[in-house]
Amino acid sequence: MAATPRPRMSRRRIAELSFRGATYIALILVLVPMGWILLGVIVRAVPHWHWSVLWTAGTGTAGGLRGEIAGTLILMAGVFVIAGTIGVFAGIHLSELARPHKSGKESGGYLRAASDVLSGFPSIVLGYVGYVALVVGLHWGFSLLPALVILSIMVIPYIAKSTESALRQVPTGYREGAEALGMSIGYSLRKVVLKSALPGIVTGLLLALAIACGETAPLIYTAGFSTRVPLSLTHAQFPYLTYPVFTFYNQPNAQARYLAFDAALILAVMVLVLLVASRLIVYRTQRNADR
Amino acid sequence: MTVIGGTTGDLPATPPSAKATPRAAPARGVANFLLNHEEGIWRWSARVAVVLPLAALVFTLTVLAVKAWPAIVVNGWSFLTGSTWNVGSSYGTTVYTHGIAHPMGSSYGAWPLILGTIQTSTIAVVLALPISIGAAFALTERMPSWLSRPLGFAIELLAGFPSVIIGLWGILTFGPLLAKHVYPPIADNMPDVPVLRYFRPPVGHGEGLLTAGIVLALMIVPIITATTRDLFGQVPPLPKEGAEALGMTDWEVARKVTLRWVRSGIIGATVLGLGRALGETIAVFMITGSIIRVAPNIYSPMSTIAATILGQLDGAQTDGTGFAVATLAELGLVLAVISVVVNLGARSIVKRSGRLGGPVGRA
Repeated sequence: MAATPRPRMSRRRIAELSFRGATYIALILVLVPMGWILLGVIVRAVPHWHWSVLWTAGTGTAGGLRGEIAGTLILMAGVFVIAGTIGVFAGIHLSELARPHKSGKESGGYLRAASDVLSGFPSIVLGYVGYVALVVGLHWGFSLLPALVILSIMVIPYIAKSTESALRQVPTGYREGAEALGMSIGYSLRKVVLKSALPGIVTGLLLALAIACGETAPLIYTAGFSTRVPLSLTHAQFPYLTYPVFTFYNQPNAQARYLAFDAALILAVMVLVLLVASRLIVYRTQRNADR
Repeated sequence: MTVIGGTTGDLPATPPSAKATPRAAPARGVANFLLNHEEGIWRWSARVAVVLPLAALVFTLTVLAVKAWPAIVVNGWSFLTGSTWNVGSSYGTTVYTHGIAHPMGSSYGAWPLILGTIQTSTIAVVLALPISIGAAFALTERMPSWLSRPLGFAIELLAGFPSVIIGLWGILTFGPLLAKHVYPPIADNMPDVPVLRYFRPPVGHGEGLLTAGIVLALMIVPIITATTRDLFGQVPPLPKEGAEALGMTDWEVARKVTLRWVRSGIIGATVLGLGRALGETIAVFMITGSIIRVAPNIYSPMSTIAATILGQLDGAQTDGTGFAVATLAELGLVLAVISVVVNLGARSIVKRSGRLGGPVGRA
């Protein structure tokens, strides 16, 4: 065994060095496309960027993106209210209120499984169900309401999951302390537990909003498309930013393609703002955690 | 986690400080009612909310099944094995099969789409898994935190990036580049033998199976990398230090300690990525070329289930009998079943290997 120490060592050395090299190459392979995609969006949009697209109404394949931007913001607000409420309550149930089974097994197993399956569910299938059941079945037509319902169903599992894990990071001592002071469960939830879990919950909400604002496929099936924000919840097609990106990029006239690239840039900025904000919240709370 | 409950019976329903607030002064005000029934309100709101995802899932599958039923009856098993996709003539006569109306000449076989979905997702996972694990290693084991934090954040950004933008980049920038500079040398040098024949020319214009697979890989890499990185961070340092003290190299520590520790977590992360690859619609629709056929070689345009559901809706609405819409529902049902099976399978794998393989990253 000890007769040939050198080749053994060198084989291990080679394995070690190639492992190190491979990990760096892998990291580069992940990061380069990221920068490339961002750069691609900027390079395509900036040369003919006019600030007026932000407040000019669209006319077919020309004009600006006012309606689409407003539409996306309204969709996000709606998802924030609907999915945010339901998702946070679902997370509270899974972490705080569900009673463990008599066998000692953790409760909420089926509910958690359903939530997991739903979060991996193909968005186009949800969109199709929205089309069949809400747009056609309930005669809502392509409009805001079915889009909100489907987008909310899509992101509720994310919000529930992030809320649950944020609540689970609250030390048990907080709850016990609250109980020892004679607080009811509701009061201690409101004043102690939720308060300390708030940054985590908000982070999850922002990520869910980023998903909602970048989604295209289910919206095509539920919101239809328009260039103006209608004043009704149903029976009026609704504008959103991803649609011009998806349909205008290969139009023959340059004006339409520019609009697609502008929309892509605005979308990218919106998503980046949401993601950076969520990261800043995490960073700040981590920094203050040791006080 | 500990659940507080059942011990508050002998305590006042509201804490003293809540009673001291001026809002609670009117004895039968709404605020007072809310405060007195606070626990019940919390419990019931949470109970209702938590059932909604399950209800939505059941509702979705029910709607799909009901809508797809005529198509399932008429198309039969050949829907899964056949390869013709013909919506029939909307001007021709309506014919009846098993009492269900559909246009004459309509015939649906989804095999090319099912195969296409499996092909693109397989390429994506095969490419993404080693890259993700390698990148996660580089981030956790090799870098000071001032560098790995921003890099890790950049990766998370990509995970949340709108797929329509990635699709745009894939079809306008990345695909043409691959078709011009990367595919030709590979394709021209492939020997004409089984399996490798699939890689031979023509390479096309960058719209097709391989490009879609690579772009999908890019989309799922951040998901797997971010999860794997978090898992690596949870491996306790002592076993790793012990292995190093025994004289193991970093590669050996990685293979024998770190990876074993987080195995089931990585499976879970991979399936998360696979789920996204299976269901991804917009980017795949833009990049595959959306042609319903079995791809003759790895560069050629084809389509997937999700992309077809997106692409066929406009056409399906023109079918007066509603049969095309029913067929799309059947297609959606197939995709939903694949996705649910994959997800539940992963859960059971994670659970089982969690029991066998020592400590698992995600409790």
